[in-house]
Amino acid sequence: MLLDWLLPTLLIAALALLAIGAIRRINLWRAGQPEAVKLIAGLMAMPRRYLVDLHHVVERDKVMSNTHVATAGGFVLSMLLIIPVYLFGLESRWLTIPLLIATAAMFTGAIFVYRRRRNPPARLSKGPWMRLPKNLLAFSGSFFLLTLLTSGLLPENFLGVWGGWVLTAILLVGIASGLSELLFGMGWGGPMKHAFAGALHLAFHRRPERFGGGRSTGLKPVNLDGALGVAEPKDFKWNQLLGFDACVQCGRCEAVCPAFAAGQPLNPKKLIQDMVVGLAGGTDANYAGSPYPGTEVGKAHGNPHQPIVDGLVNADTLWSCTTCRACVEECPMMIEHVDAIVDMRRHITLERGETPNKGAEVLDNLIATDNPGGYDPGSRMNWAADLDLPLMADKQEAEVLFWVSDGCFDMRSQRILRAFVSILKAANVDFAVLGNEECDSGDVARRLGDDATFQSLAKHNIATLSQYRFKRIVTTDPHAFHVINNEYGDFGGHYEVLHHSTFINELVEQGRIQLDRFKGGTVTYHDPCYLGRYNGEYESPRALLKALGIEVSEMERSGYRSRCCGGGGGAPITDIPGEHRIADMRVDDARQVDAETIAVACQQCTAMLEGVVEPRPEIRDLAELVADGLVVEAAEPGPAKTRPAVEEVH
Amino acid sequence: MWPDPNLKVATLVSVGQHPKSGRARRAEQDARAVELGLKMAGTRSRLVNVGAGDETGLRQYLGMGLPELMQVKAGTEADAVPALVEHLKTHPTDIVLTGIRAEQGEASGMVPYLLGEQLGWPVVSRIADIQKIEDGKADVLQALPRGQRRLLRVPLPFIATVDNAAPEARQYAYGPARRGQLAETNGTAIVDEARLEWQETPAKPRPKRLNVVKAKSAADRFKAATAKPQGQGGQVIRDGTDREKAEAIMELLISEGVVR
Repeated sequence: MLLDWLLPTLLIAALALLAIGAIRRINLWRAGQPEAVKLIAGLMAMPRRYLVDLHHVVERDKVMSNTHVATAGGFVLSMLLIIPVYLFGLESRWLTIPLLIATAAMFTGAIFVYRRRRNPPARLSKGPWMRLPKNLLAFSGSFFLLTLLTSGLLPENFLGVWGGWVLTAILLVGIASGLSELLFGMGWGGPMKHAFAGALHLAFHRRPERFGGGRSTGLKPVNLDGALGVAEPKDFKWNQLLGFDACVQCGRCEAVCPAFAAGQPLNPKKLIQDMVVGLAGGTDANYAGSPYPGTEVGKAHGNPHQPIVDGLVNADTLWSCTTCRACVEECPMMIEHVDAIVDMRRHITLERGETPNKGAEVLDNLIATDNPGGYDPGSRMNWAADLDLPLMADKQEAEVLFWVSDGCFDMRSQRILRAFVSILKAANVDFAVLGNEECDSGDVARRLGDDATFQSLAKHNIATLSQYRFKRIVTTDPHAFHVINNEYGDFGGHYEVLHHSTFINELVEQGRIQLDRFKGGTVTYHDPCYLGRYNGEYESPRALLKALGIEVSEMERSGYRSRCCGGGGGAPITDIPGEHRIADMRVDDARQVDAETIAVACQQCTAMLEGVVEPRPEIRDLAELVADGLVVEAAEPGPAKTRPAVEEVH
Repeated sequence: MWPDPNLKVATLVSVGQHPKSGRARRAEQDARAVELGLKMAGTRSRLVNVGAGDETGLRQYLGMGLPELMQVKAGTEADAVPALVEHLKTHPTDIVLTGIRAEQGEASGMVPYLLGEQLGWPVVSRIADIQKIEDGKADVLQALPRGQRRLLRVPLPFIATVDNAAPEARQYAYGPARRGQLAETNGTAIVDEARLEWQETPAKPRPKRLNVVKAKSAADRFKAATAKPQGQGGQVIRDGTDREKAEAIMELLISEGVVR
């Protein structure tokens, strides 16, 4: 039979092309900067990372998850069996029957892929991805039929001579198209590239801590004596380039990106595809997904040695990101979009000095006054002039160090701070503040790309903190919380840091404060990105609201899918115009559940959401809600009783 | 036409002081002068500083993208003017730009005038822009109070102080600031004898005279806020000899008690 010699030839050719393509692709990644990874351990861990961690993300879409298990599992198993059966000519029922099952499973999965592609949602990329299900069907169908015919499971001369020839021809076409898509295309940048790059990406991920239920969200520090950020694609670490290549263009990132929804010129999927264009060279003319809002596709071009900004990606795209990490949370390939964006921002700020809008002014203020507003660093405690707060410098030791943050300069945030102080006092917590010794945490500087200023602020704060003895740091600012908790470690600052929601909830659980029932209307809770996705704290705020007798009516996007308020990553400072405001969209989410109050846990979120035009739900920080509900014991001796009475003397 | 490859621009820069934190930084007006220099001569415009200035402050000027800053070492007690005169005499220069006054130290604002006197160059104060240079003459836009502008034609070489009306200085970046060279030369170090005897104390804020606007309508208030005050006993002398004009000025100075 013709297939007896043609099929092995085709298989060898496809496998050889795959190998050549793979080596070419690996060399493209090797243009990136060196980064140490555990080679063997990574490869060993890869199957588990794929089957458990990645599947955990994919499973959020049950149908797609099962489709992928059938298709990918069927494909891997059939390839493992096709090679011994058709390349080495091994004949055994122990091989052919599993091969029949594998191809059948793959075919079933491919039908579901095909069905989804008939009317694909806007977030999916079209183009070459539209032909993928056909080739999946061709591959699995052809090999199933072929195996069925040659397995001897059917009666002799089942088809007759002519039927055999016709079938052979059809099978050949199917096998050729299937093999070229699935093997040749895998090495040469077709849709199946994701399987090859994705597997290696999982093995050599830059944040291996993310697997096995861990969390790794702190940005990596810049070596200030080396290259400052990413100017050209080759300045990325090699495994970042590998990560970009793993993208399946499913567009889940696009669907959750607040900047994309607001019509700002950012689409995380397109950004990653532009990085692929950058690493492989060429233009984005073949990109078949949603563009950056307001930007035409086809004009971008790049190569590993060409500056990314202006040419491949517009700077506005990079500055639209709020670093909310919704894309990273949602990405089934666990690609790190935010790392890449901040890396490129670092180059713009540290080398070009082109931080847009108020960026330059804010950074200048941080350098000169240690706060973004340029206020007198000696006026940090003005907000608490009447509160008589204990200073660390006087006490030297306290159970809790209250990290006040730059909210001390903002009149709205001061109300949150004062509410929190009243809770601390009601619970008789042994606490102290740093007062004027505190500097900005460095969050904004870092996310605006100025890692030099971030590092100097971080080192300064760590040196200050090292002078005092305290058990834990508590702050009302999730950004400071994240930075001190997850990013100071690289500079030798290791602390137990708590967000005030966690801390107050502890006080309630320990019975150190008594709460009255909340008497307002419907309450919803807005998860701050830097508390939720960055630090995994979803429960304490809800427990606290429950303790106030509040039944939270959850917004559609809450918890790990919470929509950003638009205030992160220096976005209000760089202020890239869009069609809508992110904060407006978030308040609309709350209106949909008829919320009368939005409980928040971040002063930045408070500022952003309160900036929405009224009528809108009231915005209250958890600390304010709790402070209002505090049951203060009446037995407290007031100062009036101890004052000596004035007597009239004649 | 900008940047002009043949134009030789030197910007005199000093270490500034942040008004709130007192921290060393680039001086705001000097930075505007650097910005103007960058516009006219690109990265070929020179930066000159006299003294043992704080490095972080000076590096912020380099962070605007200039490769080198010439630091003329003259000691902390030295007068900056002789060192600058020597430097400008030995380095051919068409335009010298600087801020109006320093943000710390003497901050008398006298340096450009003393330089002009000793070099014999014209001094243009408070400029907002230099528009073009033709036949060895520059069209200089001078900033006057309340947003008014005056176009002057000034022969090269000249000295100009840059007003806050000039374009804002660009952001300084860490990379260029780190890479830029602080080149040092030794300059004429003449000890400022007069200054040695001075005592420095922090300035006290002086009470401000309230300007009571008795405006009845919005138009009046707008006028009071924007219009240039007209005719407050002043006198414009257009005719007459230089001597007569000088005498008129002298008379005014005596009557105001400036000269006794």
